[in-house]
Amino acid sequence: MAKLIMSLDNALIREVPLDKERITIGRKSHNDIQIDNLAVSGEHALIVTILNDSFLEDLGSTNGTLVNGNPIKKHILQSNDVVEIGKYKLKYLNEAGAGQATVQDFEKTMVLRAPLSKISGAATADNFGDTQINPVGGTTTTQSRPQPTVVEVTRPAVGKLAAIQILTGTSAGKELELTKNLTTLGKPGVQIAVITRRPHGYFLTHVEGVNYPVLNGKQLDAQAQQLNDHDVIELAGVKMEFFLKVT
Amino acid sequence: MAENLTTSLEFATATDPGMVRSHNEDSIATEAEIGMAVLADGMGGYNAGEVASGIAVAMLTAEMKQALQSHEPHRLAASGGEPMAAVLVRENSGKANAAIYQTAQSQPQYAGMGTTLVVALFFDNQVTVGHIGDSRLYRLRKQELSQVTRDHSLLQEQIDSGMLTKEQARYSQNKNLVTRAVGIDPNVETEVHTYDVEKGDLYLLCSDGLSDMVTDEDIQETLDAMRGNLPLAAQQLVQLANDCGGRDNISVILVKVLDDFAAPRGWLAKLTAWFR
Repeated sequence: MAKLIMSLDNALIREVPLDKERITIGRKSHNDIQIDNLAVSGEHALIVTILNDSFLEDLGSTNGTLVNGNPIKKHILQSNDVVEIGKYKLKYLNEAGAGQATVQDFEKTMVLRAPLSKISGAATADNFGDTQINPVGGTTTTQSRPQPTVVEVTRPAVGKLAAIQILTGTSAGKELELTKNLTTLGKPGVQIAVITRRPHGYFLTHVEGVNYPVLNGKQLDAQAQQLNDHDVIELAGVKMEFFLKVT
Repeated sequence: MAENLTTSLEFATATDPGMVRSHNEDSIATEAEIGMAVLADGMGGYNAGEVASGIAVAMLTAEMKQALQSHEPHRLAASGGEPMAAVLVRENSGKANAAIYQTAQSQPQYAGMGTTLVVALFFDNQVTVGHIGDSRLYRLRKQELSQVTRDHSLLQEQIDSGMLTKEQARYSQNKNLVTRAVGIDPNVETEVHTYDVEKGDLYLLCSDGLSDMVTDEDIQETLDAMRGNLPLAAQQLVQLANDCGGRDNISVILVKVLDDFAAPRGWLAKLTAWFR
């Protein structure tokens, strides 16, 4: 389960498990997390938790709510985010339970039985066989519920930035930085090749055309070829040099 | 059956277990003769996912081939006024659902298994798309990529109801929670729509192993650059998903529309079609 670790001036105050769908934060005593401080509004913020997601919302407070130093209106919390309300810091943690989730559980598609409207209310999940998920205050049923750490879609990590410099033809001298995962070279209908940027380097691949690209004087085949600093590529009658940029 | 269907459509497929999983529980199939592509992403304990997605794809393929021998897909059905293609997609998705459900009920090791499904049937310059779950169909038309199917997932419902923006959805921990699946209930509602098809269109059917790992922007760039080499484009998409982590099985089917494929109408056209 996700939780907040509340501290003030680096002194730990308490841990708050996010075990309710709505957790209110403010100075008034009716709040779930009461912070008795003048810099905190009576009703300052709200955390809504739906299954594995927690949303932080500022309720129009006087001094605002910060996440990792930035003021927010509504924010979907990521593990290790630090929320600041008044001078109080609340660190949001949403880690995989020890030994509960294996790497295989990541990204496993599961069936949600209760539709959204039911989850937001006080739902009792329907009882259908194994693929049941009971979101409101309940524990998991037969299928283990994975709690993965932040699963973000990231582009492949790139080692070095690279570029192409055109050596011949009308565009001679022009430089093209390879900022995208895929850069197309050549002329449609004549010859097309792509340079793909992968975690372990840049690769040249022939896509279409009767002739294959020529690399350092040798004609390539259908296989992707890794590019090295200062390789000379020839394609559609134009010569160009691939080089790594030193930033 | 329009004889020019096979020459007007080009298919390419790729499927890969990804970098994390030991099994591939996705199933895919294409039937060029009837202009059909189908993809299923199975779920369930142990290897039940493979069984579920396999049943879905096998049933749909067999049933559609059979049905299209005696039904013309473009004919409008008497009730409802939709093309036969849509009726058949819905009916046969239902049959697949029943088959998986019954298998799951009768064999304890398959209890609770299910699968997503996305099927595209091309006919008469149109495509009927049926889907259940979060496997998707995209269309690249004139360099613009659009997601044609809307996921049956918690995340999509949250986006639709305004609770979440698409940007925030990227950071959600609630990915991969589908609200509809094949084989987990005695009945299931397949979402079916029919769209016009233009020459030059490129269609992509994929499991969430692709769309969760790779941004729409990267998909668009890849398809646009490699449309001249479909098998390479399919492999490139899989490679991209693996480079980004490959946390799930990855499957892609690409269908490129090379030419017109209107259904033969009128007795002379049909006669000519016979002799082509």
